[in-house]
Amino acid sequence: MKVCWSLCLWFALSIASASPLVAEEEEVDEPGEVAGAPAGWLSLLPSPRSVVPGDLRGFLAIESRVFFHEEQFAGQRQDSGIFSLLTQPEWYFDWNDGDDSILFTPFFRYDSVDPERTHFDIREFYYLHVGDDWEVRAGIGQVFWGVTESQHLIDIVNQWDSVEDLDREDKLGQPMVHGTLIRDLGNFEVLVMSGFRERTFPGARGRLRPPFVVDQDAAIFESDLDQAQVDVVGRWSHTLGDFDVALYHFYGTNRDPSFVPDLQGETIRLLPHYSVINQTAVEAQYTGPDLLLKLEAYGRDGEGSYRAAFVAGFEYTLVGLCDTAADLGLVSEFHFDSQDGRNLGVPYNPFERDLFVGFRLTKNDVQSSALLAGVIVDVDDGGRYWTVEASRRLWDSFKLEIDLRLFDDIPGEDFASSLLKDDFIQARLAWYF
Amino acid sequence: MIIRSRVRSGMFVVLFAVVFASVAVAETAEEKGLRIAQEADRRDQGFGDWRAELKMVLGNRQGESSVRELRMQGLESSDAKDGDRSMIVFEKPRDVKGTALLTYTHVLDSDDQWLYLPALKRVKRISSNNKSGPFMGSEFAYEDFTSQEVLKYSYKWLRDEACGDLQCFVVERVPQYENSGYTRQLGWIDQAEYRMQRIDFFDRKDALLKTLNLKDYRRYLDQYWRSHDLFMENHQTGKTTRLEWSDYEFRVGLNEDDFTQARLKRVR
Repeated sequence: MKVCWSLCLWFALSIASASPLVAEEEEVDEPGEVAGAPAGWLSLLPSPRSVVPGDLRGFLAIESRVFFHEEQFAGQRQDSGIFSLLTQPEWYFDWNDGDDSILFTPFFRYDSVDPERTHFDIREFYYLHVGDDWEVRAGIGQVFWGVTESQHLIDIVNQWDSVEDLDREDKLGQPMVHGTLIRDLGNFEVLVMSGFRERTFPGARGRLRPPFVVDQDAAIFESDLDQAQVDVVGRWSHTLGDFDVALYHFYGTNRDPSFVPDLQGETIRLLPHYSVINQTAVEAQYTGPDLLLKLEAYGRDGEGSYRAAFVAGFEYTLVGLCDTAADLGLVSEFHFDSQDGRNLGVPYNPFERDLFVGFRLTKNDVQSSALLAGVIVDVDDGGRYWTVEASRRLWDSFKLEIDLRLFDDIPGEDFASSLLKDDFIQARLAWYF
Repeated sequence: MIIRSRVRSGMFVVLFAVVFASVAVAETAEEKGLRIAQEADRRDQGFGDWRAELKMVLGNRQGESSVRELRMQGLESSDAKDGDRSMIVFEKPRDVKGTALLTYTHVLDSDDQWLYLPALKRVKRISSNNKSGPFMGSEFAYEDFTSQEVLKYSYKWLRDEACGDLQCFVVERVPQYENSGYTRQLGWIDQAEYRMQRIDFFDRKDALLKTLNLKDYRRYLDQYWRSHDLFMENHQTGKTTRLEWSDYEFRVGLNEDDFTQARLKRVR
């Protein structure tokens, strides 16, 4: 009970710092009107939705990162990420009663310091046709697979847009044809992909990088076809009572690169090397009344030696914490990877034998205040990666997110130790339209 | 399915006539309460599928308000033991636009629920024991929102009394499912059409927590009454939530394919 109250108090303090902000005007029903904008100045902007046919939505955000330590590598800047502007509109148009549709989602970020972080991507641009128990998408798409929270281990279709964030939740658009068949025995999916996307990396001025700059445009491919290599994946997923399970096999170019050092004059750069792999993966979740059990695992062939990895854990939810409306979710996940983490010649995963412990506090209030905090501890060397994410709606159409990431006590022989001086806090204010 | 429901309704009528005739002499308050609930349920069977739009206006003591908008569609279950299926798509606030919730209701077991998060394109199976939690920050709990099967409660008729211009049964009902936030509810059901007119909710300490008033009933397909104005007032916090339903449509041709995880992933 004492623990409970101190948690409540602490949460109350964290939330109370912002005064209750609720929109005062909301009678607006006209499409395109910006509801509840502060002082109404936003209603002066032209409404995007009234100009184009179909449905337009998305966000426009400003973001600022502040690093706590001075830069440690040549060329880096302390103020990297200090100012960023990003937007991701989404345009949707359908016909035939919704059986045919087109979705277009471009993304753009301007970063005031690192030109490699300033980038444009087409996250999605596909045509979708829906039948009774099947559907086909053709074009550039985004696919999410997996169940765990602290790592997205088996999510393989889209390349990670690593200059965006460390959580692997920002991904580059992947050209593909994606068919789904919905049957009583489960959903069967086939994806045929080409036009491989190379991972993005920070430039020389950027933070959160190894001592040497990765030249993302000088990648080496194992496939003779380079980026034209055709990747194929077949997947089955099914719900059996309280269990959700899925199984896939992937053949194609590995999304995770290894690195080849390359001497250019006086400076060393790293060239990404993408091998061709076969990967079989499974995901499973048991959903109980209060408890979720989760597993993701893969076996991968083609990186030299056979590699196996898994994430397994639970999430337990305490509903109505201390007689309030808040929910507290306790999450713990264990990570294992059989890789040789000291070898540049295999793709690096920082989570070899690591334990994640964290919680998610959802206040269930009008502003949807939420707090996610946790730490991943390397059980072998004690290195720790702390992460805190807080978010809250402001007025009706804005959202404020504050993220904190700390790297702690990572020993020098671990590649992740190059991030030791890259602790940062980030604030993002987004306007949703 | 509609045909089956009609057959079932027909059987219900026969069954009722028999049961009613045999016990009408000495009916207990519990039996009368159950009979009222069953009659209300019987009158509301066979609508098949539906969709509608919902606006929620959340208010607090300071007079500030905030709006949520969502679309909802549902499929009536053909199985009396099992509940309905529903899909909710959030429209406002805009930061959650496109988020969708798929629910397979079960009468006494936990519901099955999947949440679609559009920013990640992720479908997440969630545990549904959060029945007493607020729905989108409003004064409605999840359990106030889900379909109201007869078997979810035990009943007791208390009295008959006037409710506005109508005459009402006052029935006490006690949740039989786990994790309810209520010890009991008092329902005012009009005797003319068996429509819920008002509900008082009592919290876990049996103190009066909320009152819901249901107004602006309109009839669809010559049979199904739906309230278009539901006003919930929390007596303990002073907060209020008004639900305004609009664009109700019944028998629009939805089937089980419209309530799948695949459908959830491409919801607009």
